[in-house]
Amino acid sequence: MMMIEITINGKKVQVEKGTTILEAATANRVRIPTLCHHELLEPYGACRLCLVEVVKNGWRSLATSCNYPITGPIEVETDTEKVRSARRMVLELLLSRCDTSPRLNQLAAEYGLTESRFSLNYDDCILCGQCERVCREVVGANAITFANRGVERVVVPPFGEEAEFCIGCGACVYVCPTNAIRIQEDGDEKIIDRWSRVLKLRACSECGVEFAPDFQLRYLQQKYDLAADFFDLCRDCRAMQK
Amino acid sequence: MKKIASFQELEAYCQECVAARDPQRTVITICAGTGCQAHGCTNVVAAAQQELEKQGLVDVELKATGCHGFCEQGPLMVIHPQGVLYHKVKVDDVPEVIAKTVKGGEVIDALLYALPSTKEKIALEQDVPFYKLQKRIIFGSNGLIDPTSIDDYLAIGGYRALAKALADMTPGGVVEEVKKAGLRGRGGGGFPTGRKWESTLNVAGETKYVICNADEGDPGAYMDRSLLEGNPHSVIEGMLLGAYAVGATEGYVYVRHEYPLAVANLTIAIDVARQAGLLGERILGSNFSFDIKISRGGGAFVCGESSALIASIEGQVGEPRAKHIHMAESGLWGKPTVLNNVETWANVPVIIAKGADWFRSIGTEGSPGTKIFSLVGKVNNTGLVEVPMGISLRKIIFDIGGGIPGGRAFKAVQTGGPSGGCIPEEHLDLPVDFDELSKVGSMMGSGGMIVMDDRTCMVDVAKYFVNFLKGESCGKCTTCREGIARMYEILDKITRGEGELTDLELLEELAPVIQEGSMCGLGKTAPNPVLSTLRYFRAEYLAHINDKKCPAGVCKELIRFEIDPEACTGCHKCARVCPVEAAHGKKKEAHEIDQEKCIKCGMCYEACKFDAVKII
Ligand SMILES: Cc1cc2nc3c(=O)[nH]c(=O)nc-3n(C[C@H](O)[C@H](O)[C@H](O)COP(=O)(O)O)c2cc1C
Ligand code: SF4
Ligand code: SF4
Ligand code: SF4
Ligand code: SF4
Ligand code: FES
Ligand code: FES
Repeated sequence: MMMIEITINGKKVQVEKGTTILEAATANRVRIPTLCHHELLEPYGACRLCLVEVVKNGWRSLATSCNYPITGPIEVETDTEKVRSARRMVLELLLSRCDTSPRLNQLAAEYGLTESRFSLNYDDCILCGQCERVCREVVGANAITFANRGVERVVVPPFGEEAEFCIGCGACVYVCPTNAIRIQEDGDEKIIDRWSRVLKLRACSECGVEFAPDFQLRYLQQKYDLAADFFDLCRDCRAMQK
Repeated sequence: MKKIASFQELEAYCQECVAARDPQRTVITICAGTGCQAHGCTNVVAAAQQELEKQGLVDVELKATGCHGFCEQGPLMVIHPQGVLYHKVKVDDVPEVIAKTVKGGEVIDALLYALPSTKEKIALEQDVPFYKLQKRIIFGSNGLIDPTSIDDYLAIGGYRALAKALADMTPGGVVEEVKKAGLRGRGGGGFPTGRKWESTLNVAGETKYVICNADEGDPGAYMDRSLLEGNPHSVIEGMLLGAYAVGATEGYVYVRHEYPLAVANLTIAIDVARQAGLLGERILGSNFSFDIKISRGGGAFVCGESSALIASIEGQVGEPRAKHIHMAESGLWGKPTVLNNVETWANVPVIIAKGADWFRSIGTEGSPGTKIFSLVGKVNNTGLVEVPMGISLRKIIFDIGGGIPGGRAFKAVQTGGPSGGCIPEEHLDLPVDFDELSKVGSMMGSGGMIVMDDRTCMVDVAKYFVNFLKGESCGKCTTCREGIARMYEILDKITRGEGELTDLELLEELAPVIQEGSMCGLGKTAPNPVLSTLRYFRAEYLAHINDKKCPAGVCKELIRFEIDPEACTGCHKCARVCPVEAAHGKKKEAHEIDQEKCIKCGMCYEACKFDAVKII
């Protein structure tokens, strides 16, 4: 394991080669705000909120800390005026897309931003891509993808139709920073509006309660090569049997 | 084509190719580049072939070549060995050309190019100012060779640099020579090519790749296309040298799909080079093996960006990725990779053949060599020009380009493609190279050069480029996606007369965040058109904002057309061209424009011969 000495906000710290600046900062209790980052997902570098100043070989520049692997001695500054004003502008740009997200509003307030000078172009999704990545990298369902370029960019099910591979696991709902994706149960159906996905729930063969999307259970059964009747019972009934 | 198995055999075969070309023999070259094809050169070539047979001139050779650069004047025909240049040649002209010039050595006055200023006719290609002031070390061969003939390329010294490198130079030696030559990448950033190669050479790895970036997404620029179409072997030879230098065994040419002729000619060239043993296993009997594949691009501007290009070759979405780890270590399929532009590759054989010192004697200290520019816009001689670095903008635009049409005033030149900057008259004597252009807030980019006259509105120009970039941003990062869209919104507001002074502050606050905060070069350079026009033409922005006027008379919301009754002769021309019957009046009496109806198309303004229509 190769260790490298860097400085974060003037303090010398030792980090393992290949660690990202964000990881190094977090480990040393320096907070850097993020919107598109999640420990379980590959760094993506899209929201640009985690910008910090990096001094390398005498060169000072802004860089996103979430996807910057440390390979040599550098100085990092996470809260200079330059960093703050860049983050403020990033937030102002995002706020003009989406002004309803509590998380965004709280961050904006931290940076002294009360409102955006840009006209509101409402779309509650800020294109952080966490839903797409969690679905692809963690769940493996590949139910949703990015489409279009520039401001036209959107996350959608393939061809904009119902996300036919979506198993209704709700991982995307969980990671979304703006609550743009909502999941609800209605009778024997589980519905994810954003992906136009309606999933029939399977009823427990014992008590009859609809407990999980049938499609999801078949997906898991196949993926982990489980017995055909593995998911016939709901959690409660299964616990009773044991 | 039979296989050439050794350096000696190559030398012998080259000699044969040279000997087969009697310098005294009559050769007609006709440009068959894309520009001249649009002007109808294909029929001219066919007619010339027929006519030569008909008039029994079996000895005369006819060559359809790549672009000569003087595209505005096409179809072009040059009769060697004299070098007589005919322009705008039509099928009907062909019998006379063959009978008089080819047979009789007589020059046909009517087909000669005339200087726009003095109308003086010029007979020889080399005397036309457009060519005379250029230094065409990369592009000049285009006019001499048939791109589908490897013999033609061998006859002008082709593949000798490869033989020289394989026989006498180590890979490190080739890298050293390119480093010494100071060659900088012609694809935009101007990164030192030798240094790039050195990092890849120094990385250990069985498999390494070289890639030729022929995506050429810059609208209006077509030098890479013309090189691939007209002289594909020079690019192949460059890639061979690069591959030998860094230890690569495979190469890719990433060509945009709108370039069918470039793909066709390159495919032929690769096939023939392979048959000749210049590509494939143990090239020319050496230990060096290398082959090239063509990869066809999807056609998005951002696919020219290196990480997006690699993703695209790998079959993934062509979107940029963070490049904290260099391609020299992990590029295509995670292997060490060198990526260079078409023109960069085409410079390499020349450097190896003639040496770094010779190359350094051309151009400037910081930017040696030449650069091909695509000269377009409000300039008389639009086309491709290859000039030594360090030449002034004034020389390019006025001496080579022949100045501004209609004797109008020069206003600005935009260099560097959509994300370049606009340079005003006060900097016309600027020596053009990588560093000087960035000093004045523009850049070299791939070499697009758009000349603008006094009828160009600089706010409108900035809006135009920002609109292009807005559509081409991949949309991955916030600063680029949202920032460019907001810049466009503000500029649009200003051109509609709804701008406020705070808008300029907002633009200037946004720009650095987009530049420093975006992931790839697209976002990082996108604010250039706005910043450079704000820097040099701020008064024009202020006129739009404070006076609600567009001084250049372009922004529709801020102008109106009126007819000066004193100047109007009542010729009725304006009324005839007006698409909505807004211009009206009785014959021989002063006309008027109904402002309610007028859609401000400007057709009356263009049509009036008496300058009676005014833009207010
Ligand atoms: C948005 C964008 C588009 C680009 N398009 C091209 C292109 O069409 N052709 C090209 O050679 N380089 C293009 N580049 C530059 C390449 O990324 C890369 O720097 C270049 O091909 C390297 O070759 P060079 O060192 O020979 O210039 C582009 C860069 C960006 C950021
Ligand atoms: S709920 Fe559907 S779209 Fe969301 S992560 Fe799960 S499978 Fe993917
Ligand atoms: S829906 Fe939510 S998680 Fe998905 S890209 Fe938009 S903001 Fe991110
Ligand atoms: S800068 Fe623009 S084009 Fe480049 S990655 Fe970001 S959004 Fe995409
Ligand atoms: S500007 Fe166009 S619409 Fe208006 S009067 Fe002239 S020709 Fe007619
Ligand atoms: S968290 Fe780093 S760019 Fe989004
Ligand atoms: S295409 Fe003929 S000169 Fe350019």
